[in-house]
Amino acid sequence: MLDHILSILIFFPALAGVMGFMINKESMRAYGVSVAFIEFALSLWLWFAFDNNISGMQFMEHLPLIPSFGINYILGVDGISLFIIILAAFFTMIGIASLTDTKDVKNMIITLLFLQMTMIGVFSALDGIVFYVFWELSLVPMLYIIGAWGGPLRIYASVKFFLYTFAGSLVMLVGMLFMAYFFYQATGVWSFAILDWYRLILPESFQLWLFAAFFVGFAIKVPMFPFHTWLPYAHGQAPTIGSVILAAILLKMGTYAFIRFSLPLFPDASVYFMYPIAVISIIMIIYTAMVAYAQKDVKQVVAYSSVSHMGVIILGTFALNVEGISGSVFLMIAHGVVSGALFLLVGVIYDRRHTKLMSEFGGLAHVMPKYATIFGIMMMASVGMPLTINFVGEFLSLLGFYQQSHILTLLAGIAIVVGAIYMLSAYKKMFFGEVTKEENRNLPDVNKRELIALIPLVLITIWLGIYPKPVLGPINNSVESVVQLMHNKATSEEAKMRIPNVSGVVISKTATKEAH
Amino acid sequence: MLSPVNVSLESLNLITLAPMLIPIVGALLILVIDIIKGGLDKTLYVVLSILFLALDFGALLDAAGVFTKDGIVLGVFNVMLIDGLAILSQFIIVATSMLFIPLALTNKRFHEFSYPEFFALFLFMIAGFQFMVASDNLILIFVGLETASLALYTLIAMHNRDKSFEAAVKYFTMGALAAGFYSFGSMVFYALTGSIEINQIATILAANGYVDIGFVLVGVVFLLASFAFKLSIVPFHTWTPDVYEGSSAAMAGYMSIVPKIAAFVVAMRLFEFLIHSNVVWLEVVLYAFVVITMTAANMWALVQTDVKRMLAYSSISHAGFVMAAILIGTTQSNSALFLYWILFSFTNLGSFSMLWISRQKQLPGYQKTDHSFEKFSGMIKTSPMAAIVMAIFMLSLAGLPPFALFWGKIYMISSAVTSGYTVLALIMALNSAIAGYYYIKLIVYMFMKDPIESNIDNNGELYVANATTALKTIIGFAIIATIFAFLAIDPLLEFVTSFVYNSGY
Repeated sequence: MLDHILSILIFFPALAGVMGFMINKESMRAYGVSVAFIEFALSLWLWFAFDNNISGMQFMEHLPLIPSFGINYILGVDGISLFIIILAAFFTMIGIASLTDTKDVKNMIITLLFLQMTMIGVFSALDGIVFYVFWELSLVPMLYIIGAWGGPLRIYASVKFFLYTFAGSLVMLVGMLFMAYFFYQATGVWSFAILDWYRLILPESFQLWLFAAFFVGFAIKVPMFPFHTWLPYAHGQAPTIGSVILAAILLKMGTYAFIRFSLPLFPDASVYFMYPIAVISIIMIIYTAMVAYAQKDVKQVVAYSSVSHMGVIILGTFALNVEGISGSVFLMIAHGVVSGALFLLVGVIYDRRHTKLMSEFGGLAHVMPKYATIFGIMMMASVGMPLTINFVGEFLSLLGFYQQSHILTLLAGIAIVVGAIYMLSAYKKMFFGEVTKEENRNLPDVNKRELIALIPLVLITIWLGIYPKPVLGPINNSVESVVQLMHNKATSEEAKMRIPNVSGVVISKTATKEAH
Repeated sequence: MLSPVNVSLESLNLITLAPMLIPIVGALLILVIDIIKGGLDKTLYVVLSILFLALDFGALLDAAGVFTKDGIVLGVFNVMLIDGLAILSQFIIVATSMLFIPLALTNKRFHEFSYPEFFALFLFMIAGFQFMVASDNLILIFVGLETASLALYTLIAMHNRDKSFEAAVKYFTMGALAAGFYSFGSMVFYALTGSIEINQIATILAANGYVDIGFVLVGVVFLLASFAFKLSIVPFHTWTPDVYEGSSAAMAGYMSIVPKIAAFVVAMRLFEFLIHSNVVWLEVVLYAFVVITMTAANMWALVQTDVKRMLAYSSISHAGFVMAAILIGTTQSNSALFLYWILFSFTNLGSFSMLWISRQKQLPGYQKTDHSFEKFSGMIKTSPMAAIVMAIFMLSLAGLPPFALFWGKIYMISSAVTSGYTVLALIMALNSAIAGYYYIKLIVYMFMKDPIESNIDNNGELYVANATTALKTIIGFAIIATIFAFLAIDPLLEFVTSFVYNSGY
């Protein structure tokens, strides 16, 4: 069974979703939670069986799909994708568990299960086209979730979300077809397999164009400034569960794809575009932080802060060294946990008051102490307090980029301070001071169902903030092999210099040990 | 004195005619049955048609076997040409017709199906299309084209509504003009080369090095215009939405597939050698046709308020997309054309059938046209299965993986990439994004809007008012083919590529 665990992880929720049509409406929630729990348990089993010492792909599956055109069903995980898969399974589970009374709850849960299939598919696919299939397919359930259960502008928001990402990924598709064609020219065989593509060294001029084509697809998904305009609408209109999944998992598809595709396939182009992308990420961090400060709606604050942190992830990725990339992968997990939790928390208060405007709240700490505490912890994690999960990722990302440019790193560091300002001020507006509105006096504190979802997130936030090694170790291992691959593949002098030779470092470390 | 002509029967190779003769015999039989005993039910004629088409399909399988063994077969004074293109396109024509004809078994009574002539004309039409694709003789192509077209005009008019008469007359007028263009273009080529066989024309023109390039271009212009009419290439597309609107939904779906594949095959035979002869002008014109047809049709489709008209514009856009294969002109692109059209036929016939089963006789007040978008509001609440099926057809048309049309689309774009048409590849990709909007629009109506009161009351009966087991079977077949297409792409691709390659395209 372990040989096919990835296929099981992908298609079990889909099968359960199809079967879900037969379940009675009243029992649907229990069904959804059980399926998601089994899925989560399977993903933990995957972690348990995962060999931390291997840096390459594990649990690989290979099945010819369209061999004459080089399309094969290839799956595999390494340290980079493993934890995002677990995170996806985890968030689907607590997402379904914390679902409040929704209309058509049956359709919602079936849609979530399909969404889970596409998410896990994206992170375990090792074939360009299979990756693209899941990548595109993930748009449809999200379109439905935003469009059917969202706020007043839901249709506009969902269609904008769909078209924006769809257009971007079609450009990426053309890039993939080019990549396969170049592979065909070099070897005489069509192939969309990512591991095959890794072996292909392209001239720099080709790399630049292909990097640009892939970049359009990924940057819209992340979303990077100036392609981020769909995200505030999507978050603003989506129901709580939609925002949680969107922020925690779907956005990670873009940053993950940068590490899986752009960096190892086009190392020279990555170096070439390093500074422009770093500048864009810093603009993204600062600009969206400022926009977040100006918001009146607490959900928009969280949404913009989430974009802002995605900028740090991109910055870490384009540090192009082990610290930066490991940090950005870790920050993906951290960002997933923290922003997912914040959206859940916003959902909690929205369920009680049916408004998200901060001016409607104030002094909530008196009325809902538990809620205020959890919100406080998550807010602290979001601004990157030491001993919380975000700190590790942010610190490593910035440390990595510090080796490339001191000034840009300094700017990014300042931006994180700005992040603290808007978060703290939002917290102040909502929780401190006197209770100004009559309606707020008798709000019930968080209930059991909400605690079930929130407590694990708090525990993870603190646990991984203090002791990140169980997660960071495997990530680091796989990132080292990616960086080494990039170093070996780089053709230009500049790229050889910018991308460190990892094996050299390891040797020098052992050498120093021996000297001692 | 005329000397007697001695032709041995064997040299005629009459077996090449078998696939065309079978539907003709079937049509005549239906007419004879009607003369002997009138007033028989439509089910008889439907089943008879299916049986004859099945025989036809069998004859084609036989021809395919001969082709894989012996290569291209000529027959009947070298007028008939049975090559890979002919066989592939006939497979598409006959298979789609077999899927189409059971759509006559509707729940409600429709005028046209009560006439046996409908089925006779239908079979004559198929024979016409088959002649058209299985020849490189310009005159036989013309005869086939006109046989098929005249039958088709009548089939449209038999739907017996104001709009249908309008549609038939419009189509007829445009078709007559196209026929005129066609004969004029062929005449120019005959005057230039003294031959009416496409491969002869190609050889003679190549031998004399295209000295009369001016006349060649005149001939090309006329032929291009006539095929542009048949393929509904912008700016010769104006008849299409009106004609589709006037015909029954099933017939419209059929028209978007079968006549076009026949025209594509002839266009491929004709333009292939011209493209490869480096007539730059032709390449530019075709490039412009392809880009304008894809893009403009997509733009028009965005603003439609009726699903059927939207699908009409979308099928114009798909025709433009596929026309790119003729422009690119490599084995890969020509195979992509057939692959795309096979996948398109399932998806498009399926989506038009979904409109067909929801056809009402009287329109309620909120509905201005037969299939306005409002009609599908909140369909997920009242009939979820139908809504999901329709949504999958729409997603497939939009080119969303892993549904059928996606695979045709990437293979087509890939063929543009491999032959250096980078910009074209990007335009094709971005057009899919534009098209995404109007397909999503229907999904938005079905899944995200609230249903109209009267539809809640009768529990979504409206959407399946016209459905019978036969129609549901056809749709079920189409939906399964659409979802699980990825399992069949590999053998299909190999089959299509070997047929196209072995015919020298």
